[in-house]
Amino acid sequence: MSISKLDFLKFQADSSHILSQRNAELCAHGPILEQDIAITNITLDLLGQARNFYQYAATLSGDPVVTEDSLAYLRNEREYKNLLLVELPAADWSYTVLRQLFYSVYQYLVFEQLEKSTDLQIAAIATKSLKETTYHIKWSSEWVIRLGDGTEESHSRIKKALVDYWPYTGELFIPAPYETETLLGFDLSALKYGWLKQISAVFEEAKLSIPENIFMQTGGKTGVHTEHLGFLLAEMQHLQRSHPGAIW
Amino acid sequence: MSIRIQKFYYGDIPEEKSGAFMPSSMANEASSGWPLWEVFIRSKQGLDHKHAGSLHAADAAMAIENARDVYTRRQEGISIWVVESKYVHASNPDDAESFYDPASDKVYRHPTFYDLPDEVKHM
Repeated sequence: MSISKLDFLKFQADSSHILSQRNAELCAHGPILEQDIAITNITLDLLGQARNFYQYAATLSGDPVVTEDSLAYLRNEREYKNLLLVELPAADWSYTVLRQLFYSVYQYLVFEQLEKSTDLQIAAIATKSLKETTYHIKWSSEWVIRLGDGTEESHSRIKKALVDYWPYTGELFIPAPYETETLLGFDLSALKYGWLKQISAVFEEAKLSIPENIFMQTGGKTGVHTEHLGFLLAEMQHLQRSHPGAIW
Repeated sequence: MSIRIQKFYYGDIPEEKSGAFMPSSMANEASSGWPLWEVFIRSKQGLDHKHAGSLHAADAAMAIENARDVYTRRQEGISIWVVESKYVHASNPDDAESFYDPASDKVYRHPTFYDLPDEVKHM
């Protein structure tokens, strides 16, 4: 089994897993009951996608000790390969919906390519995830438009979220060593244009504009994270680490 | 003669509590000033849409998505209708006696009341 493919599977799994953990913080704290359920549904979709990738990674690793749970709960910060964008805290609802839009559009474009993968397991995961992701894009786009083109207050809040999150979007399309065109079967950096086009279309409706000449943060894909991931992992993993093998 | 004529919305919930015109003092209580919507779900092709419940949403599109997230997450449906609760006009529970009781002694309105001749088959 090539290490690169395993790394890519872990990267995909980690990104969806960490975002699902971040979004799950809103469970029972959503702005309104119906949206609490909406974001929790999305969270569970992401967790499901993460599980698919973890399970496949565990199978491919060939090591009987490695399971989806050990990959999720027993790896340290530097071993996590998730995008920086998904580990950042969300100051308010506008951060949550804006990040979801950024991530879901990114996922959609990547899954569209993975669907054509010669690895049938990856192709199947992509096909299943695409349906979910399509809804996440619709849901988050509508929220970004609602807030951006809403009141003065909502506009200024989502603008602040945009300023804070934008520097973390460059990483999405910068290939990691395990994401070369030869390994993936497609050119990741080329997807950036489709992503910008989709985001711009939403921003136009939302009366937001794409920030220009911003320094882009990188590092997540190779395990160099912000200070926020450690705290998140501590909360997420403490049960498995304090009570190894505990089950529900 | 004291027949009270009053418009009721959404069962017996008076207009000021329908959600649509919620005064700000009540908005806090309900945690949102969004109107209330009634949700109808069709569980299978060929069946009717059935009332599933109600929810809050800012507009029709959001109401449909909220309904999708709240009422179809366990595969309950394949089609959703929503209607703002204030547009549902309901009978007044106070009218129940005059509305429904008179039907209780009209057994002849049921087909089973009539004796069929033996010659009539397949009824």
